[in-house]
Amino acid sequence: MSAHESRSEPVNRETTGAASSRIGLGLFWIYVVLYAGFMVLVLYRPDLLSLRPFGGVNLAIAYGMGLIAGAFLLAIVYMAACRSVEDGGPPHG
Amino acid sequence: MLYESSSTAIAIFAAFVLGVVGLSFFLGRKGQSAKGYYAAHGEIHWFVNGIAFAGDYLSAASFLGICGMIAFHGYDGFLYSIGFLAGWIVALFVIAEPIKALGKFTFADALDSRFNSRGIKLAVAISTLVVSIFYLIPQMVGAGDLIVPLLGLPHTVGVILVGVAVTLIVVTAGMVSTTWVQFIKGSLLVFFCGILAAMILNRGLVVGTGPAANLTPQVRTVTPDGTVLVDGKRQSKDHDLRPVGTIKALPARYAGQTATGPLRPLEYLSALEDSTIVTWSSKKHTDAEGTHTTYSPVERRGADLLKPGGYFKGLSTGKLADRLDFASLMLALFCGTASLPHILIRYYTVKDAAAARQSTVVGIAAIGAFYVLTLYLGLGAMTSGALDPTSTNMAAPLLAKSFSTTLFAIISAIAFTTVLGTVSGLIMAGSGAVAHDLVENVFRIPMTDHEKVRCGKIAAVGLGIIAMVLGVLFRNFNVSFLVGWAFNIAASANLPALVMLLFWPRTTKQGIVAAVTVGMLSSLAWILLSADTFEKVYGWSREASVVPFSQPGLVTIPLGFLVLVVVSLLTPKPGEAVRRHG
Repeated sequence: MSAHESRSEPVNRETTGAASSRIGLGLFWIYVVLYAGFMVLVLYRPDLLSLRPFGGVNLAIAYGMGLIAGAFLLAIVYMAACRSVEDGGPPHG
Repeated sequence: MLYESSSTAIAIFAAFVLGVVGLSFFLGRKGQSAKGYYAAHGEIHWFVNGIAFAGDYLSAASFLGICGMIAFHGYDGFLYSIGFLAGWIVALFVIAEPIKALGKFTFADALDSRFNSRGIKLAVAISTLVVSIFYLIPQMVGAGDLIVPLLGLPHTVGVILVGVAVTLIVVTAGMVSTTWVQFIKGSLLVFFCGILAAMILNRGLVVGTGPAANLTPQVRTVTPDGTVLVDGKRQSKDHDLRPVGTIKALPARYAGQTATGPLRPLEYLSALEDSTIVTWSSKKHTDAEGTHTTYSPVERRGADLLKPGGYFKGLSTGKLADRLDFASLMLALFCGTASLPHILIRYYTVKDAAAARQSTVVGIAAIGAFYVLTLYLGLGAMTSGALDPTSTNMAAPLLAKSFSTTLFAIISAIAFTTVLGTVSGLIMAGSGAVAHDLVENVFRIPMTDHEKVRCGKIAAVGLGIIAMVLGVLFRNFNVSFLVGWAFNIAASANLPALVMLLFWPRTTKQGIVAAVTVGMLSSLAWILLSADTFEKVYGWSREASVVPFSQPGLVTIPLGFLVLVVVSLLTPKPGEAVRRHG
């Protein structure tokens, strides 16, 4: 990230900030895969979205709700992970 | 349809508006430094800020537009819900922390923090203004659409009411009061929609009876001299369009019954999938007698309504251009949230990065819960027998009316404060761009703290007036269409610069200026040249349009990144530029 400026910033803040950023980006890519997967189904396999794997609602609704719930769950994971990084001091590497 | 103004509705509505404006006067009495005006003293608690995120974000498009789209077309409105909410992932995981560490008051400050360049400030201030104005238009149009049936007043009056109320709020107390307006709005919206959803589940599915079950097509005619006819006779309270939206047949397992009774959330959806529902479509044609819109019933299986393709007809044609158009819209929604100036500005109202993170999590929870509710509200409206065939925007309030007039009045008033809150935030972002970025930083006019605040207030009034004028000019537009414009432009102009600044050290100031300018102009130009604009704005033929599909995001967002990279590589490295110019 800010490799050039790191020498002038306190080491603690830089590494926890970088760690939080890494965690965030990792979770971001996970979500991108889920979101893109949904778009691919909508665009190319809409027939699959009509399936009702849980006997009740179809995949279109289940996946959609899943994306909404998933965003919230990932956000909680992120908050917890960042807090443990900040409480536990700078991580290794 | 014609609506009677109900005195309950007016009373509740007036109480809400006066309460909100009164609250802002009260909060405004506390001192007004520039920091206080723009960033609420950096002291808003993260929970309050999180709910205020929800209040700020859930605009007329979310509430009225999505519910209406689901009510008339099925699943596709929910795609907007998903896209809007998913955008928060970009905001939280990519943007939130780095940007809090950078800026002072505005988005322009964040982008400019490393370079102190007037070019950047100018480009970003203009981009903020353009996006804010595009986002303002659908809110003002939505406000007018709410007032017409609620109070029986003309559309223009609704627009003026919003404009005046919001300008008063923003001018008296700036960011503090808008945070509280949005906190109140956010809580009320989610709470009352929750109540409505619970009532929908409690009612269960009911086979349609009464006027809504009448499946005769209806014709609404507007004659050349402006008279409105329904089925050939003059429209009046006793001769009007019939409400629509009913269930024709319940699932087989309810054979012999006319109602399912209370249902659990998932049961409701699966029962709907097995039912037969009557939706209504419209066709327009013009002849010597006027413009006729014919509303005809269409029987659909629930399973067909609850899958994508009802509104985005292009999804079933299999044509590449239609697929790209849809992908482009979903990309713009995904990238647009983090790029909206009036959302980003809210990061500066909390103490630190951890608080910013927590408030975004709270925001996602509230917004996510709301979007789940919109699916139930939209489907409940679809089968309520209370839809106005001429207006998708009124679906949610009319649904409430089918349960109780009081609930209808409350929900309508909340919808109105929905618009108040969003417009407040937008005017704040815009007035910040003008006063802080343009006047103070680009034109370098020195101002005392007090003058800065005054400048911001004058800018707010000016923006309020522009918003009112545009809201009247664009009153026949589809609200979601206009919001899509704003998201496309925001994502194309702001996101590439923001992301590259945060993650690529080789970014130069010329790169940022170029990316913001090219992103904004290319997406704007694309939209103005698209088939949708040709047809609905200029009244020309769709085929004459020069661009292959309507939503620019898929092209203009990557273009912004490309321009930034190329220009940055062609200009001196950031460190070198400083050394050279001292």
